Amino acid sequence: MKHRFGSIVLDTAFRVLVPFTLLYGFYVLVHGEYSPGGGFQAGALLAAGVLIARLVQGEEAVYDLSGNKAVVLAGLGAGLYALIGFITMVFGGKFLEYGRLPLSVHDPAELHVYGILGIEIGVTIGVMATIIAIFDALTRGEDLYDD
Amino acid sequence: MIENFLSSSFIYWLIAILLLLGIFGILECNNLMKKLMAMNVMQVAVIIFFLVLAQKSHATLPVMFNGDVNIDNYVNPLPHALMLTAIVVSLSTTGVALALLMRIQKRYEAIEEDDVLRRMNK
Amino acid sequence: MKKLGALLILAMIGIFCYTSSGLPTISDPKSPPSQHVSPRYIEKSKIETGSPNFVTAVLADYRGYDTLGETTVIFVAGAATVMILRAGKGKGGEGK
Repeated sequence: MKHRFGSIVLDTAFRVLVPFTLLYGFYVLVHGEYSPGGGFQAGALLAAGVLIARLVQGEEAVYDLSGNKAVVLAGLGAGLYALIGFITMVFGGKFLEYGRLPLSVHDPAELHVYGILGIEIGVTIGVMATIIAIFDALTRGEDLYDD
Repeated sequence: MIENFLSSSFIYWLIAILLLLGIFGILECNNLMKKLMAMNVMQVAVIIFFLVLAQKSHATLPVMFNGDVNIDNYVNPLPHALMLTAIVVSLSTTGVALALLMRIQKRYEAIEEDDVLRRMNK
Repeated sequence: MKKLGALLILAMIGIFCYTSSGLPTISDPKSPPSQHVSPRYIEKSKIETGSPNFVTAVLADYRGYDTLGETTVIFVAGAATVMILRAGKGKGGEGK
């Protein structure tokens, strides 16, 4: 996975596939409440879009999210989830009680909609960064220091 | 009588066979990588078992259609939500196990179980 | 060893198939898993959470705390994989 694959067919075809995959992953995330979908599925699709580019182009891929950056991003995704929980506690409710979010809406069920959207974004970022971090650590393991 | 058995209990037999094929693979295979794949087969069997328990006859997927809240029209959503968690846990376990396999191979230069044990005890 | 393992697995298949008649009939609308909490999740999901997808409402609103634990598990797994495969590099970098 370190060098380019070297085939003209793949170099042309992946440029058509990657934008559609990323857009479809984002669509599944945002429509998590009206059709089957949600956070985990969208995270897997977004990670697949980035990994196609990595497999075809080797180490010089443009979407590069390697090393410590991917693990930090996964921690931020889990942290966003907990942050929403703490925000509802600050405004006088229990942990993750969406009825107390400080937004101005018409009926109380809308607050739940915004809360669910916020959590799903956190879960998606966490899952995408973890899959990219695992793939990156496994395929660059060849230059380990020999004991 | 055969239709009664096929429609009520046969799928549990198939799930039991899949689960025990996975366990047999873990017991019998020498290659560590094949053991990992057999563990994955076992996890899939458990997930399918829970999804079979959630099924109702003449029911559709658990998304609301046209404002209808009759519970006989929708599949039970609770096992589906629990099994999403199980799928993600299976992915995490496979990732960590692959990392450990790479370290074992680097250290002992073997990937078969008896070779690794022989070189560990030397 | 191989024969003992195969015999044990066949015995377990026999026990599973014998006791499978005690499990609930499939496709039964009145089976015990769909009786106590799940009708309430289906009926009140659109009113209380505003989401027509029952699975997302259960996963992110009624059982949201479990999904927080789940996200922590996947983050820890990613961090553990990176740490296992980098354990050699640190020693080489410091040169002690």
